[in-house]
Amino acid sequence: MPEIKVTPLGAGQDVGRSCILVSIAGKNVMLDCGMHMGYNDDRRFPDFSYITQNGRLTDFLDCVIISHFHLDHCGALPYFSEMVGYDGPIYMTHPTKAICPILLEDYRKITVDKKGETNFFTSQMIKDCMKKVVAVHLHQTVQVDEELEIKAYYAGHVLGAAMFQIKVGSESVVYTGDYNMTPDRHLGAAWIDKCRPDLLISESTYATTIRDSKRCRERDFLKKVHESVERGGKVLIPVFALGRAQELCILLETFWERMNLKAPIYFSTGLTEKANHYYKLFITWTNQKIRKTFVQRNMFEFKHIKAFDRAFADNPGPMVVFATPGMLHAGQSLQIFRKWAGNEKNMVIMPGYCVQGTVGHKILSGQRKLEMEGRQMLEVKMQVEYMSFSAHADAKGIMQLIRQAEPRNVLLVHGEAKKMEFLKQKIEQEFHVNCYMPANGETTTLFTSPNIPVDISLGLLKRETALGIVPDAKKPKLMHGTLIMKDNSFRLVSPEQALKELGLGEHQLRFTCRVHIQDPRKEHEMVLRVYNHLKGVLKDYSVQHLPDGSIMVESILIQATAQSEDQGTKVLLVSWTYQDEELGSYLTSLLKKGLPSA
Amino acid sequence: MAAHLKKRVYEEFTKVVQQHDELAASAKKLRLTKPSKSAALHVDLCKAASPADALQYLLHFARRPVEAESVEGVVRILLEHYYKENDASVRLKIASLLGLLSKTAGFSPDCIMDDAINTLQNEKSHQVLAQLLDTLLAIGMKLVENPAVRMRLIDVACKYLTDSSHGVRNKCLQLIGCLGSVEKSVIKEAESLATQDVQKIIGDHFNDQDPRVRTAAIKAMLQLHERGLKLQQTIYSQGCKLLSDDYEQVRSAAVQLVWVLSQLYAESIVPIPSSNEEIRLVDDAFGKICHMVSDGSWVVRVQAAKLLGSMQQVSSHFLEQTLDKKLMSDLRRKRTAHERAKELYSSGEFSSGRKWGDDAPKEEIDTGAVNLIESGACGAFVHGLEDEMYEVRIAAVEALCMLAQSSPSFAEKCLDFLVDMFNDEIEEVRLQSIHTMRKISNNITLREDQLDTVLAVLEDSSRDIREALHELLCCTNVSTKEGIHLALVELLKNLTKYPTDRQSIWKCLKFLGSRHPTLVLPLVPELLSTHPFFDTPEPDMDDPAYIAVLVLIFNAAKTCPTMPALFSDHTFRHYAYLRDSLSHLVPPLGLPGRKLVSSPVSPSVSPHEDPSQQFLQQSLERVYSLQHLDPQSTQELLEFTIRDLQRLGELQSELAGVADFSATYLQCQLLLIKALQEKLWNVAAPLYLKQNALASAAAKQIMEETYKMEFMYTGVENRQVVIIHHMRLQAKALQLIVTARTTRGAEPLFGMCENFLQEVDSFQRCFISELPHMQDSFVDKLLDLMPRLVTSKPSEAVKILQTTLRQSAFLHLPLPEQIHKATATIIEPAGESDNPLRFTSGLVVALDVDATLEHMQDPQSTVKVQVLYPDGQAQLIHPKPADFRNPGPGRHRLITQVYLSHTAWTEPCQIEVRLLLAYNSSRSKASARLSKSTGIDSTEVLPPSEDGIEGTIPFSKPVKVYIMPKPARRALV
Repeated sequence: MPEIKVTPLGAGQDVGRSCILVSIAGKNVMLDCGMHMGYNDDRRFPDFSYITQNGRLTDFLDCVIISHFHLDHCGALPYFSEMVGYDGPIYMTHPTKAICPILLEDYRKITVDKKGETNFFTSQMIKDCMKKVVAVHLHQTVQVDEELEIKAYYAGHVLGAAMFQIKVGSESVVYTGDYNMTPDRHLGAAWIDKCRPDLLISESTYATTIRDSKRCRERDFLKKVHESVERGGKVLIPVFALGRAQELCILLETFWERMNLKAPIYFSTGLTEKANHYYKLFITWTNQKIRKTFVQRNMFEFKHIKAFDRAFADNPGPMVVFATPGMLHAGQSLQIFRKWAGNEKNMVIMPGYCVQGTVGHKILSGQRKLEMEGRQMLEVKMQVEYMSFSAHADAKGIMQLIRQAEPRNVLLVHGEAKKMEFLKQKIEQEFHVNCYMPANGETTTLFTSPNIPVDISLGLLKRETALGIVPDAKKPKLMHGTLIMKDNSFRLVSPEQALKELGLGEHQLRFTCRVHIQDPRKEHEMVLRVYNHLKGVLKDYSVQHLPDGSIMVESILIQATAQSEDQGTKVLLVSWTYQDEELGSYLTSLLKKGLPSA
Repeated sequence: MAAHLKKRVYEEFTKVVQQHDELAASAKKLRLTKPSKSAALHVDLCKAASPADALQYLLHFARRPVEAESVEGVVRILLEHYYKENDASVRLKIASLLGLLSKTAGFSPDCIMDDAINTLQNEKSHQVLAQLLDTLLAIGMKLVENPAVRMRLIDVACKYLTDSSHGVRNKCLQLIGCLGSVEKSVIKEAESLATQDVQKIIGDHFNDQDPRVRTAAIKAMLQLHERGLKLQQTIYSQGCKLLSDDYEQVRSAAVQLVWVLSQLYAESIVPIPSSNEEIRLVDDAFGKICHMVSDGSWVVRVQAAKLLGSMQQVSSHFLEQTLDKKLMSDLRRKRTAHERAKELYSSGEFSSGRKWGDDAPKEEIDTGAVNLIESGACGAFVHGLEDEMYEVRIAAVEALCMLAQSSPSFAEKCLDFLVDMFNDEIEEVRLQSIHTMRKISNNITLREDQLDTVLAVLEDSSRDIREALHELLCCTNVSTKEGIHLALVELLKNLTKYPTDRQSIWKCLKFLGSRHPTLVLPLVPELLSTHPFFDTPEPDMDDPAYIAVLVLIFNAAKTCPTMPALFSDHTFRHYAYLRDSLSHLVPPLGLPGRKLVSSPVSPSVSPHEDPSQQFLQQSLERVYSLQHLDPQSTQELLEFTIRDLQRLGELQSELAGVADFSATYLQCQLLLIKALQEKLWNVAAPLYLKQNALASAAAKQIMEETYKMEFMYTGVENRQVVIIHHMRLQAKALQLIVTARTTRGAEPLFGMCENFLQEVDSFQRCFISELPHMQDSFVDKLLDLMPRLVTSKPSEAVKILQTTLRQSAFLHLPLPEQIHKATATIIEPAGESDNPLRFTSGLVVALDVDATLEHMQDPQSTVKVQVLYPDGQAQLIHPKPADFRNPGPGRHRLITQVYLSHTAWTEPCQIEVRLLLAYNSSRSKASARLSKSTGIDSTEVLPPSEDGIEGTIPFSKPVKVYIMPKPARRALV
């Protein structure tokens, strides 16, 4: 029984450190290679020793696929390929390939330069790693080797995020990565065709949430910013450099454009500029509006958004500033926050989730007095707003994707166990498919019944279809032929051809059956009676009375011989070839019932 | 064979020659004989050495049209070659040519049908077979009246339905769909394959293995429906199954099929699978189509969203589900932002939205009860409105609009969603949703928070959006006085930001005031900033914002008699001023104690519809009844009446159209009478060469006026068109007479007489049905004299004309129900600017033109902009169709740019810009009617004189623009 094995090394009943091993029809594929943001020790990277204790990983993995550039999906890549050692192909989409090294470099800088860690991957390693990357286009089928092929689908979420279909023969797995089923200001919605994979591996971050329409959120956001700016206040929006930041920029930019507003918008520089550059380039990956209007104007060429300079923070008058990092725990965003916190006209908008312990979390939970470093107290008079802009599919979205793809099995990763449980139950209930949710290191095995293609000779096909009624796509059809299995290939040919190919002589197989009939009359009279009887019963068949005293029903021969011992008992010999088995056995049973009394 | 063919060719030649003789004898017309096309084709095809060559000839041949007479010959030649040809591509082309040829107008293809069917039998190539079936379809469509032919073709189609190629099956299904017999009884009588139910045959192919064939089958079924066959209800379940097909074109067609069935059998009951319940079919279908709104293919989504709008019989319970989306967070029920807003509103607190966790989830949800994928209509519109493709969103908004128009409760519910759409990223969607909101505005009342969102859009930089929004505010119901105040404040903000919106904002406030008098009342002191004890300074009368406030208050005061008591002195003065200067915005008010101010104005304007209507009727009747008055008093009477009518038109805007129209007509009559009264007719011919100026000018003016009457008014009916044309005919006669008297020699008269007679002829043909109503008229008499006119010499004819013209009676002009004069006002450029528009000569400057057009039909093709330069040079500009917007019924707005350029001037000078109405008499109603009645293309029948006349009517006041083309500065070398 062919099987598909899935082992999450990360992201199994967990968020972060996505890394899933899939073996399908003898091929081993690793999906994503991420790091965990919550840990700073060995646990931050997946345990690659699970794959092999010693020896190169290349021998065990056929390919690695990275779904998008977020660090929890690609953060461990240089470690994996350069330090553990992997030389095989790594697949990702073009935008991911472009943006991924920027983020990795940033990550490296923070870990090595700021925290002073040693034994971490170097810039050179990132470069070497990226050399192994093969970029793929959307909907392009890439042949990894002769049997394994992969194909990318659009996933929304962030620029360049993709879902991947992995296919070997007729078995296939779809891995969604992170995806978003509702379009936003800069990206479209995830889409997949009805590919009916054997297994769909889906993220389930929002397994138990159904979100409100994004329009309300956007409107609220814009209204708050607008009101504050009109009052002459300053608005601080702490963001992470990539992803949501671009969406919010577009949102504000178009709003400024529409409403003819004049207040300046700043974006704290850093890796953003580089990333924005790529956003400008990969227009085809954005949503309909941006794709349609870029001829007139590329939406990422912001008219109202300018680079931020430290000195601007003290400028009088209203302004909006996007600053990193997103949780107000350090850096520029915190500096600006400290400057502006004292004025109640100002406002800070937190567009995402904040980890406990950060300033962001504190002010969101309502704390108005903060103790900053150096024991000084900071009174927060500015308004604090929370807006959730998140680009994961909610429960409805996940169900919608499953409905689109029609998989035979579903496997949930990238979510909390408790939430997954609920979704799992729902999926099983609504779609009647099996749903799995393995923990890290736990292997899920599922059996598939793949189709085995067989070549049929045209002559045989035509002959067989000519026999029956009109072919019906929905019903299986019975066929006579010879299956030849040779050199890993299957062929269905006519028996004659098979014999010829194999150099065998044809043997005839005949069944002969004796039927005793009590009849005192003469042989030929009885034969005549049998003939008339059969003729009456078998109206659709040709029944012949041959001159030598035998009866032919189609190709079945019936002969009568007198029993030497008992004159009253006649013996009928019924003889047929094995092809006519059905009719032959029917005839014997018919004759065994005896003749009707005349 | 060759000899036989040759004979055929000669036959062709001789046939054509004979025809030529016949024609020449009967119609006295010249017709050039063309060498037979079939002959040429035959020669070409025989010459062809290879299939590629033959194909080339055929392609070449296909480019030229073939006359109906020679089609059959050509078809025969083609068929000969068809049988001989071995190459499939050439046969394919021949088959397609056969189809093309059989569509030739005036050719009846029944003679080639047998041959076409025969060719099918020996054909092996599937492509050629498909093409041949297509040809048969073309033939069948031409002979659709003939049931025997149809039956036969259906038989053929049924036979080929089992073909293995999808193309052939496709065409067969198409053929059955287009020709399948619609009446049941006919089928039963006929003994053939088609006795089977056509629907069953097509229905069997719903499960075909090829998606293209499945699509074709559904389309054929829809075709049958369109042709009037009632589809069976059993198809419904099949259609529903097809909704989950793998292929988008199948699903798209299936959605349509399900929709059609839901309209046919709306009230039937269908069971819900996996339960014992039953629901109405329309509800079931609605649920299924709603499901398709979240389909994977956007084409299907658009289709589904569009169709939802027209399913108005659906029960309200299902309808309201489409807007339903249960939110949850971590398995706890959450309220949507809309619900929260509503709650805040009803609890009296204004939205704070400041707390984190304002939207914190409340009660726990029973995990078993949550249904993540609803089978019903749940949230269809929520999905549709959030869709990635704006096409889907627009379709969803449109559907929402249609459903809301028929269900007030649904309108109330969908409001939140529509308001949300005001913030869509695509302007088209925003505009569409604003329009939608306007359309359903009588069913809804805006809550304050919704109004807030709506008003926020007023700051949009797109003029279209803002104006649409003003239009919307005109007909919105607001629930509270705060709402009114908010709207006013936002509108004033809008006014300061975009001063060009002035007119539109004033108009908006006018309606807002008159709709909500009671809500405005408590606001008055605040708005006028009056104080119980102190006198406040008098506001600036020219401030547009102050005018805006006054417009709101005065319109509210119209139905609220207590309001004027709150006005201060200067308000009354301002009222008098505004009543005069902006009378269209400020209504007449019966102000207490202010009779002096209001009395001179109000009585004359107050609406007394009946008296003025009566006056109009009476004055017109007076004119028509006094036919036999002496010429002098007739003229006087006409002059008085015209004056009266014109004044009436100015005073009563409702009657302006009618009054102007009749005044113009009487003016024409007056001119005609005057011209005929001229002394010149009594003077000997050579003496009055100079004096004819008046008569010919009159003729010219009458012509112009008649064109105005015909093309500048909407609502002109046929009865009027006849009279107008009749008047024009009289003018032409007058012209002819004048020319006859002034020119010497009969030579030029020949042509003119001929032309005139042709005009009369075409007039007769156009208005044959109206002639009985025109007793005693010019035309009536003229037609009696027609035989004489045709045979007589020009000079005699002119004399006859003159007497008829003088004796003919004055025709009564029946007044149409609704008639409006097309008017245009140029808003921008305003003119009278002292600063010349400077630009370098030889380069181009763009001048923004903004004009409103009223009562125009199809302005895109008729309105032109004319620019007159001081040197007399005139430039005509055709605005783009996209420059016209349609803000309301009967109104259009032209916002365009006109490019000016000129050589250098020494000093600035004024140019004139005006709008012209272009007309073309061939487009007129008369000719349209003619083509309808005779059933032949109008261009063929109309004589050349009738369709050449094009002209323009200026219909707006010219605006002067001060420009200054500077000489180009030389670059320094």
